[in-house]
Amino acid sequence: MQRHVDEEFAELKTQILRMGGLVEGQVQRAIRALVERDADLASQVIERDALVNSLDVEIDERCIRLLALQAPAASDLRFVTTAMKISTELERMSDLAENISERAIELNEEPQLKPYIDIPRMANWTMTMVRECLDAFVRADSKLARKVLSDDDFVDNLTHQLFRELLSFMIENPATISRAIRLTFIGKYIERIADHATNIAELVVYMVEGKIVRHIDPSALLDKSL
Amino acid sequence: MATGSDARLPVKAESKALSFYYGALHALKGISLVIPERHATALIGPSGCGKTTYLRCLNRMHDLYAGNRYEGEVFLYPEGVNIVAPSVDPIEIRMRVGMVFQKPNPFPKSIYENVAYGLRIRQSVRRTELDEAVERALRDAALWTEVKDRLHEPAWALSGGQQQRLCIARALATGPELLLFDEPTSALDPTATARIEELVTDLKQRVTIVIVTHNMQQAARISDFTAFMYEGKLVEFDRTEIIYTNPSNKLTEAYVTGRFG
Amino acid sequence: MHLENDIDKSTSIGVVKGPIQRRKWTDLVFAAGGLVTMVLALAVLLALLGQLVMDGIGRLSWQFLTSYPSRFPTQAGILSAWIGTVIVMILTALAAVPLGIGAAIYLEEYARHNWVTDLIEINIANLAGVPSIVYGLMALGLFVYQFHLGHSFLTAGLTLGMLILPMVIIATREAIRSVPSQIREASYALGATKWQTVRDHVVPYSMGGTLTGLILALSRAVGETAPLITVGALSFIAFLPHPPWQSTFPFFSLQWMFDPFTVMPIQMFNWVSRPQEEFHLNAAAAGIILMLMTLVMNALAISIRARFRARIHW
Repeated sequence: MQRHVDEEFAELKTQILRMGGLVEGQVQRAIRALVERDADLASQVIERDALVNSLDVEIDERCIRLLALQAPAASDLRFVTTAMKISTELERMSDLAENISERAIELNEEPQLKPYIDIPRMANWTMTMVRECLDAFVRADSKLARKVLSDDDFVDNLTHQLFRELLSFMIENPATISRAIRLTFIGKYIERIADHATNIAELVVYMVEGKIVRHIDPSALLDKSL
Repeated sequence: MATGSDARLPVKAESKALSFYYGALHALKGISLVIPERHATALIGPSGCGKTTYLRCLNRMHDLYAGNRYEGEVFLYPEGVNIVAPSVDPIEIRMRVGMVFQKPNPFPKSIYENVAYGLRIRQSVRRTELDEAVERALRDAALWTEVKDRLHEPAWALSGGQQQRLCIARALATGPELLLFDEPTSALDPTATARIEELVTDLKQRVTIVIVTHNMQQAARISDFTAFMYEGKLVEFDRTEIIYTNPSNKLTEAYVTGRFG
Repeated sequence: MHLENDIDKSTSIGVVKGPIQRRKWTDLVFAAGGLVTMVLALAVLLALLGQLVMDGIGRLSWQFLTSYPSRFPTQAGILSAWIGTVIVMILTALAAVPLGIGAAIYLEEYARHNWVTDLIEINIANLAGVPSIVYGLMALGLFVYQFHLGHSFLTAGLTLGMLILPMVIIATREAIRSVPSQIREASYALGATKWQTVRDHVVPYSMGGTLTGLILALSRAVGETAPLITVGALSFIAFLPHPPWQSTFPFFSLQWMFDPFTVMPIQMFNWVSRPQEEFHLNAAAAGIILMLMTLVMNALAISIRARFRARIHW
């Protein structure tokens, strides 16, 4: 039975997707700004963060209104509460993209330390994770969500690899320290974006599968003592 | 499978494969349900699913009308006696199981006489004790302060919500072990409804309560366990929070999210 | 403004006015017809009453109320007649009440509702329509000849008691039925037995309807003539029955029940049958008294019903 409230749920989904698309764009542009040493692009990312924040607020308000007026239950309830939390995770991802842009601008003051190989690779992998976790949300696909959870290991490993490489740079040549540290931060930011993606994936698993089910087995409630 | 704290809940009543016939109409089909002691169990389901029919089996109200038939068993603990057996006297059952009805139905007598009636017919209470018992019942029903100065005025002069609390006091006066509520607030305004819900939440710590309600939010607010019925069958029974956040049965899910019924 | 389905065409003022006028006019015709019929009926009634009062008012006096019948119209009175009516009414009530209310309670609360009770209900309804003289014949055979109760107050009371019994049963049953099932259920839910429920709830709450029905039945019985003639009411009684008390043990007497009797309608009938005009005036005066008695009983019924209704709120 199609109901008016189902339209509202559909719109909420659309909003989340829009926010997800925005955030993906933010991360993409931030990495490009770093790689192409484009300070204007970086500033754009920083400015656009406000848009993402306002979307977060809008989604929150939408969810609270749905909870107050429709009193959704069971799967509808899990959907709305998950949507609220996903928007928070997405907002933090955008903040991290903003941080990446800030470091990129700072790095432009000195020559590039080394060709960027690992960072773009991490970024691509991470953005795939973000895309997939949002897909999993829209399609209520807990299998896809679980895949995203396992993909996190790759990003973690790359982060460590990046850090070891940068560490060796810093030990060999102290003049590279400030650039190396900033690049380390950027690596950390990307890793955290991937963590937020796994958070979203976990939320999707909860939304689809619910808590572990606890049934009351009548024969187990046995204290019919005389 | 039950977990942790639910595993050893004492049970007040239990039906085993209870079936019920209104003449030829097969209204209840093999309901096996456990009513935990000193908790509130809600019966929900669309109109005609049999929840009120089930409730009225618990105090043999169906015996008042011809052509009704029970099959299966309903046990009342701690004795474990089967209360729908023909050999069991319904009057005895009704002395232990009280009922509050959908539309407040106080007797056209005074407030005092309404509450005292249940005790009078048992002839077990002396005059002085009667006053105390009436006061205690009215306090338990959160009505004492409003009526203590007009106990001998007619009951019909009270508002709808007060009348319903009077009916609750009347049922409580005899110290029932099991209290049945048949949609107790469907005829009341929201304020009166809220007061009755508060009352039930208080009472369930002392008396086992079974409540039939059309209002799902009410069941969610005040019950500990919920049973969902459909077309005379028990579809799902679980802790209320599970039924409302993650029910196992698709039908329960559809009902609880408002997709039918 | 143009609307989708041309509904505006049918709701424009000019189109609607015609049918409205026609309907209003029909309303008026019916109201007028009803008024005319009512006025006519009231006029006839008032004419009858007026005639009665005009004829009889002259004879109303203390003397009229306290004298025995006599050969002389101006000396005749209705003492024995109205006392006879009162005694017969008391006996009728005593006969009809326990039987009628008891039967109604049994039929409504205790008997199983099957084809047998349906048959009984149909029969009771039919009995209410049996001509009263048939009751007189039954009473003659049963009470006078079979039980040897003689042409006495007792016979009269029992006869009229049987006559109004169906009415009392039906009225009591209706009153009992009007007690809502929720009240009964509330009583049973507290653990009351059937007898406790009937005694504490069903009977008290239906008392208003029951008493109303009883008094209305009695006020009909007050005017019954045919059955009483059949069981031997005398039309010339110049004495009162024995008093209900006596000076010796056991200090009350039932002798009065076996005394010969007369009642108001019979006295009126007797006077109207005489050729003298003055006796007709006496009959009219007695008629006024009889009507007053009926009015008083009806007023009593209404006030009892109002008092009981005030307590019941469903």
